[in-house]
Amino acid sequence: MRSLHKSGTLLLALAFAALGFAAAPGWAQDKPRSGGELTFVVPSEPPSYDAHEEETFGVTHPIAPHYSTLLRVDPFDRTGTKPVGDLAESWTISKDGMTYTFKLRKGVKFHDGSEMTSRDVKASYDKILFPPAGIKSMRKLSYASVEAVEAPDPSTVRFRLKWPESSLLLNLASPWNWIYKADILAKDMHWYEKNIMGTGPFKFVEHVRGSHWVGKKNPDYWDKGKPYLDGYRAIFISSSAAQVAAVRGERAHIQFRSFSPPERDSLVQALGPKIAVQESPWDCLNFVSMHHEKKPFDDKRVRRALSLALDRYEGSKALSRITLVKDVGGVQVPGTPYATPPPELEKLAGYGRDIAANRAEAKRLLREAGVPDGFAFTFKNRGIPHPYEHLGIWLIDQWRQIGINVKQEVIEASAYHPMLKRGDFEVAMDFQCGFIVEPDLDLNRFLTTSDANYGKHKDMVIDELFLKQARAVDPEERKRLLRAFEKRLLDEEAHVIYTLQWHRIIPHSAKVRGWTITPSHYLNNQLDTVWLSE
Amino acid sequence: MRKYLLKRFLLMFPTLLGVAALIFFIMRVVPGDIVELRMMGDRGSVSAEAVASERIRFGLDRPLWQQFATWLWGVVRLDFGTSMWTGAPIFEEIKLRFALSFQVAIMSTVVAVVLAIPLGVLAALKQDTWVDYAVRIFSTAGLATPSFWLGILFILALLIIFKWLPPMVYTPFWVNPWQNMAQLIWPALTVGYRYSAVATRMTRSAMLEVLREDYIRTARAKGLVEKLILVRHALKNAMLPVLTVVGLEFAFLLGGLVVTEQVFNLNGLGLLFVQAVQHRDYTLVQALVMIVAGFFIIVNFCMDMVYAWIDPRIRYR
Repeated sequence: MRSLHKSGTLLLALAFAALGFAAAPGWAQDKPRSGGELTFVVPSEPPSYDAHEEETFGVTHPIAPHYSTLLRVDPFDRTGTKPVGDLAESWTISKDGMTYTFKLRKGVKFHDGSEMTSRDVKASYDKILFPPAGIKSMRKLSYASVEAVEAPDPSTVRFRLKWPESSLLLNLASPWNWIYKADILAKDMHWYEKNIMGTGPFKFVEHVRGSHWVGKKNPDYWDKGKPYLDGYRAIFISSSAAQVAAVRGERAHIQFRSFSPPERDSLVQALGPKIAVQESPWDCLNFVSMHHEKKPFDDKRVRRALSLALDRYEGSKALSRITLVKDVGGVQVPGTPYATPPPELEKLAGYGRDIAANRAEAKRLLREAGVPDGFAFTFKNRGIPHPYEHLGIWLIDQWRQIGINVKQEVIEASAYHPMLKRGDFEVAMDFQCGFIVEPDLDLNRFLTTSDANYGKHKDMVIDELFLKQARAVDPEERKRLLRAFEKRLLDEEAHVIYTLQWHRIIPHSAKVRGWTITPSHYLNNQLDTVWLSE
Repeated sequence: MRKYLLKRFLLMFPTLLGVAALIFFIMRVVPGDIVELRMMGDRGSVSAEAVASERIRFGLDRPLWQQFATWLWGVVRLDFGTSMWTGAPIFEEIKLRFALSFQVAIMSTVVAVVLAIPLGVLAALKQDTWVDYAVRIFSTAGLATPSFWLGILFILALLIIFKWLPPMVYTPFWVNPWQNMAQLIWPALTVGYRYSAVATRMTRSAMLEVLREDYIRTARAKGLVEKLILVRHALKNAMLPVLTVVGLEFAFLLGGLVVTEQVFNLNGLGLLFVQAVQHRDYTLVQALVMIVAGFFIIVNFCMDMVYAWIDPRIRYR
């Protein structure tokens, strides 16, 4: 009776949170209130302050509020795929798709009071696209199509391309491409690694390493009336239990990466209507890489069989209760513009609803490939609990259903990538996270020549399909090419096996308004739209 | 005495050199690469070209002996270089955390000593009575209870019963003593309890041993007051092993409170140590090991001096 009462309380609390979630769009209609300090938890810490050379959300979460970008992803778009102007007021694209011209906002000032002009945008993009020797730029390869960045007058920036690229506009909304001051870069390209000077909604106050980061309202922000908050405080907490305790004890309003389902449930149960929950499919994925130079994984029948063995739909139901995965998806995050429609997805090997038929086919393929019943291999997994360990156990159980015995070897997180790179595996868990859901950004790792092609597949068809979709200007044509790419990658050749899409869960104080979840934990961190209801 | 101390002092240098060589080469043998880890982020891949250029920047392309010699020369000049992960000077990285770790270590030691010495003495004096049994249960429970678990219990109790959580950010004592104590008293109690358990048991057994010595019987036969016998003759001599335990535990606390620091979100040396190892931040790990080893060695040296002061046999050897 007691446990019934407890579970009843939990259900009630979850219902409260769900109501909070359902009401979330309505918050946008509330009149924002100015004032207050937002406190949020960051599970990681910035190695340096220069986003151009970093890859971790530990940089974007605490530091993004100090900067602006040329374009940004619409902070209210739940798909995280709609570019809007940030420093750019408007833009035009030439008919041949080879020239992008941006008109900049006037009167935008850096935090030192100097005016931002096209010279600053050009200098920042030159650093990202064409870094001089000794300067690291993590994403320059994503802009291979750009021939030059020009600043014909103080309020105009022009990107000239070598070939048309359908993803360029969205790529220019990258949350990493902060606009720096040209004069500073001219003196010292490394200055931004240890210092802050941007045009963003918040000015820098202090960073105490290992402890916290503080920002205060920029009264000269170009978007008058914003930001609403007086300031923010990011607290660095690596332990997930301590993160949950911080939100539960109301020492922090939110953590922008994600909590796990059990952590969400415990917060909802403890805080009831004081907490709201936002959830979204996450642009992160665990997939299985099989070494194509090791037998029997050089045989596509074996690889397909391993994918056919997975009951993704039932797996989704069970795993989404305990770890950070949920949706069954294809090569793009469900719900985003280039996602695979479910009926088409179900035609791919291992995605059909009839699991008995799938497994019978898997067994037939294994027999045909000469793989004996009881065949054993070692599956290498990364030593991270969510969702790697849960997915690893699920995969082993699924493969057991078609007569394969799998031994799992868990490798410490820091030693995992070198192992993949050495090719020291037969079958291993692979992973990726994107910052914007965009096929060019998410799928280039599957090219034959990619440094991340750990399974060492060689497939010219895949390479060609990727190139064609990247240059397709018509969205429908691009979708068609992407479906062909997907069929080749996950079905015909089964070069890799997708597991389940990660699922992002943000339980936050119900006082936090004006923030919308997207599929990327790198997006929506400028905080200019965020306000506190009390 | 002087010769004894000089010998102990000189022994510190080969010990530190051994530690330096050991940690430098262990870090190079452990799988995982700082450059790849740092550049890969969450993306799961990084280009070979980018990795190669970054390795050159860090000097990791040079022969190992050259890297070791350069680093060792820096250590000799007390220049530990910069963190490979953050690029910040290591001195700065450590300075920030040292104050907190040092304060927790001192507070835990105070908690431990205040509990352990009276309880240990009492248990020895009342051997095999209910007092002794109660002290032994208390100390055995302290040994058997992991500090982090006790810490989690503390946090849950504060959250559920008092709807209150200790501050998440460290405030130095001289800035705001209340805020400082509100944050650090809980880890100090948590760690101090386990620490006191070790010291209580050591005090009890040392006291029992000393109380059976001939000179105690002689003192009693001479008609000395019991209090004087206990404090001047028994306790002073029983303190030798207890001091060793307290000293070593104190040095351990500076870098060893890894999990407790995570539970209470303390920005201390233990957490920094773990993060540095996870990041394979060679320079930072090496510096931390050298500092903790140096601290152990200094504490040991101090203990040797205290031994010599307490025990004349050592002084005149």
